[in-house]
Formats: sequence, C-alpha cells, structure tokens
Amino acid sequence: MSVIDMPVHTPDTVADSTPFLSIRDLHVRFSAGRKTIDALNGVDLHVARGETVALIGESGSGKSVTLRTLMRLHPPRRTTVSGRIEVGGRDVLAMSPKELAAFRGPVVSMVFQEPLLALDPVYTLGQQIEEMLRRHEPLSRDQARARALALFERVRIPSPERRLDAYPHEMSGGMRQRAMIALALACRPQILLADEPTTALDATVQIQILLLLRELQHELGLSIVFVTHDIGAAAEIADRVAVMYGGRIVEQGTMSQLLTAPRHPYTIALLKSRAHGAMEPGQRLETIAGSPPDLSALPPGCSFAPRCPLAIEACHAAVPPLTPLGNGQTARCIRLDQTASHTQGFVHAARP
Amino acid sequence: MDSSVISRPRPPSSHIDIGGPQQALLSVRGLIKHFPLSRSMFARGPATAVRAVDGVDFDIRKGETLGVVGESGCGKSTTARLVMQLTMQDKGELVFDGQTVGSRALPLRDFRRQTQMVFQDSYSSLNPRMTIEDSIAFAPSVHGVPHKQAIVKARSLLDRVGLSPVRFAGRYPHELSGGQRQRVNIARALALEPRLVILDEAVSALDKSVEAQVLNLLLDLKEEFGLTYMFISHDLHVVRYVSQRVLVMYLGEVVEIGDVNEVFDNPRHPYTQALLRSMPSMDPNRRTEEPPLSGDPPNPINPPSGCRFHTRCPHAQPVCSQTPPPLSDETGHAVRCLMYQPGSGHSAAPMGVAA
Repeated sequence: MSVIDMPVHTPDTVADSTPFLSIRDLHVRFSAGRKTIDALNGVDLHVARGETVALIGESGSGKSVTLRTLMRLHPPRRTTVSGRIEVGGRDVLAMSPKELAAFRGPVVSMVFQEPLLALDPVYTLGQQIEEMLRRHEPLSRDQARARALALFERVRIPSPERRLDAYPHEMSGGMRQRAMIALALACRPQILLADEPTTALDATVQIQILLLLRELQHELGLSIVFVTHDIGAAAEIADRVAVMYGGRIVEQGTMSQLLTAPRHPYTIALLKSRAHGAMEPGQRLETIAGSPPDLSALPPGCSFAPRCPLAIEACHAAVPPLTPLGNGQTARCIRLDQTASHTQGFVHAARP
Repeated sequence: MDSSVISRPRPPSSHIDIGGPQQALLSVRGLIKHFPLSRSMFARGPATAVRAVDGVDFDIRKGETLGVVGESGCGKSTTARLVMQLTMQDKGELVFDGQTVGSRALPLRDFRRQTQMVFQDSYSSLNPRMTIEDSIAFAPSVHGVPHKQAIVKARSLLDRVGLSPVRFAGRYPHELSGGQRQRVNIARALALEPRLVILDEAVSALDKSVEAQVLNLLLDLKEEFGLTYMFISHDLHVVRYVSQRVLVMYLGEVVEIGDVNEVFDNPRHPYTQALLRSMPSMDPNRRTEEPPLSGDPPNPINPPSGCRFHTRCPHAQPVCSQTPPPLSDETGHAVRCLMYQPGSGHSAAPMGVAA
C-alpha cells in the first residue's frame, strides 16, 4: 500500500474516550401528504474514533433514517429534524450546502445495501472513483487513476486494472460491494456508515465482506456505524450494539453484554425468536405477538408496551427514561427488575 | 382460534396416497435445464448456455421437509420451478407418488393441483387488483369448485393462517404488511389441498420477529394438513430448524444430501463444510478469522471441468479437475466428492475394493 498513503492510526488508539461522533436527542419527522411519520424520536448515540457500533432493528425502527440524517440525505422540504449531530466538534445540522459537500466523502461516507442502485450504471467504476477523488483533491487524471487502482487492490478485487474499466452490471454482487467500499474509502473518511452492506449477499460472500471491513477498520482507524437486522453479522464486526425500536434506541451495550445479558424485553424477545443451532427438533420458536408500531400514530408511552409481556400501566403513560445498568449498558425500560432473570443462555454454539 | 370453524380437509379422490408411506412423494431423476444464450451471428464454436440445473437427482419423502441450500445462482430456484413445472426441463423426469408427471396417469393439471408454491416476494406474487379473499378462492374456482363454496373455503383458510376474515377478507394486497401478505400466500397455496408445498425463500424477506411467527404457522399447518415441504432458503439456521433432510447445491449439481443433523454436524463435502463455517459465530469472542471460501462461485455458463468445486476447494488435487465425481449412493448421507469415493485416485479416498 505504498501508492496510497492512508492516514495511519494505530489500531490501539481505539479507546479514545471523547466521542468523535455524537448524536443527541435526534428527532426526525417526515410529512407525507396528510400523515406525518415520526421516524426518530430521541436518539442518543456516541461513537468513538476507531469504534464499530452496530444498529440493530427491524424495518421501520429508524436504523437507516439515523444514517441518512447523519449525512443529511433526506429532502429538506419534507423533513423536520431537531436535536444535535456533532462530528469532530462540528455541528452537522448547521452546515451550509458548500460545507456539506466537503463533509460528505472526506469526513463521512456511506456504503449502501444495493450497490447496483447506488452506483451509476453508465460510468465505469474507475470513472466514478476518479471523479470523486478529483472533486475533493487537486489530482491529475493519472494520479486519480493510480489512487483508484490502489483502492481496488486494497479491497482485494482480483485483476483490479481490468475491473476499473468495468461497468457495475458486469460484476458479481460481492465484487460490486467491494467496489462500493473502495468508492466510500476513496477520500479517506474518518467515519464509514454501512447500511446493511451484506444483506443482499450470500453467506460465503457476506463473511468475506465483514472480514474486509474489520480489517480496514483496524488499519485505517475508521469509526464504523453498521446498520443491520442480522444479529450474527453484528456479532462478527461490532464493538458495541444499539438496538432500535420505534425510532428510539431501547438498549445499548457491548456485543457480549447484549448477547449474554440482554435486559430490554424487546432485545430478549428478538434473541429468543431466532432459529439457532442449539434448538431441539420440533421446539417452537418464541414469537413476539402483534406487529411493529405504526410510526404515524405512536403511543405516548413505551412503543414496545403493546407487545410486551411485562407491560404495566405506567409503561403506556410515558416514554421510559434511559436507565444505566453498569459497564456502559443502558436500557429504556421501567421493568428492568423483572428482566434480570431472563438473561442467561443466548450465546449458542451456532456452528458445528 | 376456534378449531371447529375449519375441519381437517378430506383429500379429494385424486389425492389418495397411492404408493403407501414408504414410497417417495416426489422422485426427481436426471433433471437438466440449460438456458441458451443468444449469440451473435459471427460467434464461433458451440452454442453457449447457462447450465442452471445440470443433472439433479433427489427424493422428497412423504411428510418430510426437505431443505435446499446453496449460494445464489446455484440452481435452487430453477429446481423449484422445474418441480412445479413452471419451466419445462430439457431432460429428466419427475415421478409423483409413483406416477410420472405429465403421463396419462398424472396429467399436469392434476399434478399442479397437488403441488403449490410460495414465493419470496409476497407483494408481486399477489394480484394487486384482487381482494385477498378472491385471490385465495381463484385457484379452486378454476379447478371447478363453485364460487360461493370457494369463498367460504377462502375465509376459513384466512382464519386458519391467523387473519380474521371479518377484518381482512375484503382488503387488497397493498393494505397488508409483509408478514400478513405472506400469510395470504400460504393460505392461497393451501386452497387446493396440495400434498407438496414448495417454499422458495418464503420467509427470507420478513423481519425476524415476523419470520418466527410465520415459521411456527408453517410447522402447525404441516402437521394439521399432512403436508410435505420443499424449503428453499439461504438462512442455514432456519433450514436446520425446519428440515428433516437437507440438500446442498453447487453450480447446478447436488453435492450433498442427507439427514439434517448428519449434514450439519458432520458435513462431508468441502463446500458444505465451508458453507457452514460461513455462518456468523454469534460469539464476539470467537469471531471468524479467515473467510472459509474466497471469491465468488464460478460462472455456470462454463463450469469448471471435473469436480465443479475444485477451483475453490482446499483439498483439490489434479484428479479433481479431470474426473467428475458421482454422487455416492449411500441412502442416509450422499456426497459428490472424490475424497469419499473408493479408488478415485484422490489421496484421501478410501482404498478401492479388491476385485
């Protein structure tokens, strides 16, 4: 990697205590015709330099909205945002369009779920990477080409020279996702936002991409915010996890805390509802009754309360506060005294 | 739920179990499907084709769930469509309970009534202009059930899959959530009282909590209606949970088939081993360090010679690129690999039987 001198953060700088990215009390509301959709309802999230945080949740829980709001990708006319997002001490929500353009790419960049939709079909991958590089840095065509080639080598695309001249549709899903990661890393960002980057891939390719991301993160000292609905993928990559439900983070902790000692009833139910290796044949899956909340008509209290087996009247009255549980684990629930007994046995011997 | 609303359906005369419980419900022999590629006028050499399914044999036993796993492009879905006879095979035959599909004894129309399919995309597989009750009643009407009777049946099925007919019968697909739509698709598949239901990634698009609900429903229905499932999925955890036997496909071929616990606990084919090791570990202290397989599957237009997996196989030897391995014929756990074939020339193979 001599051609491309990526910023060198040693992997051991991970434990930087001041958060590089901090989101405080973020609310996002979309107006769609007569309805308003409360997509985010008070999200607090802090990510340190070099840390990987996974956002887990079902569709409509607000994972992707959080990422997109971070990059200010939502159409401003139909979106109301309140709260505060700071990246490296700068207020993202107050940036002018010009500042935003300089912010997207060199500071924060994003990998999307479906690279075929995110990449431009009428330009070769090389052209797209070179365009981005030359937009942000004063490089000649040849220099940009050399940087693009180095990036392709870095994400281990076989015969990179030839692939730079390929169009997105000519590559397989795994290769496209590698190219997408190369594009996202082109301007040496400090934060990488990954929105379900492996969901559309096969298991054998998914693990390759996860390992690549982990390796890049170590080498480049990246902070990664990784959105997924697959707890397994999160367990492979994340240091910390935030579980989202109904536009709020309901539980947060390290990966092992959440797998071995989940405390929020939703996290517990989610882990129990998975089919896993240690199940007896014929054993029924434990399901969560009911369906996810309607974001256009959220209840005043805890949004999980209508489906929660432990709900009491007070749960329906007000949104539960964030309760610290020690060692950095927090949960938004007022019945935590009841959930402590449910907490063993979630790490399963998943593989043979 | 009031179980008296719907009585256990009596099989109509055409659905009688012919061969008894020991006979396989469906035997697939030598199934081949190549999709020809359009070639330019000046192309030389033999015409090329995507060899999507290339000589597939398997049995589905009565009352079991056969799981089918493999990477995308390995021919899982094409196999399902061939079994449904939605695409016609180039070669090979399907024998359904002892009768050849398409023969005079079992014309396609009769076969299709006994075999139904649920697809991954719950929205595009329902007609957006039909209420869900009409969608469910449609197939029985086509097969000669009077409309009124078909609607009554549709409503009882809706009730059975957990959608209250009073609230849901008159709705259109876009008014339902993904999980609810998939329940409708399941009800529709059951409307003809089939014996074999093919579930092609039927729960893959659902959220985890909804997936669990639908899986439980599928297991209940199987019990209640005496169904046999062919369950195609890329989620190995789910396949292990629902299946009795599992079939592993790679580039249009069956590479391993056997009892689910046998295959998961003691995988024999190197591809199956790699596939199982690719499952996330669910333990942050024991993360995967090396990708079990590198690269993508080869192109099915021009599959590798010999064993199709030899290009990615850690145990490959020169013989693997020359000799295509046969599927071993052990009944419990068959594998297509030279390492297990006596006298194949692979150094790990057992010694050949002395003549």
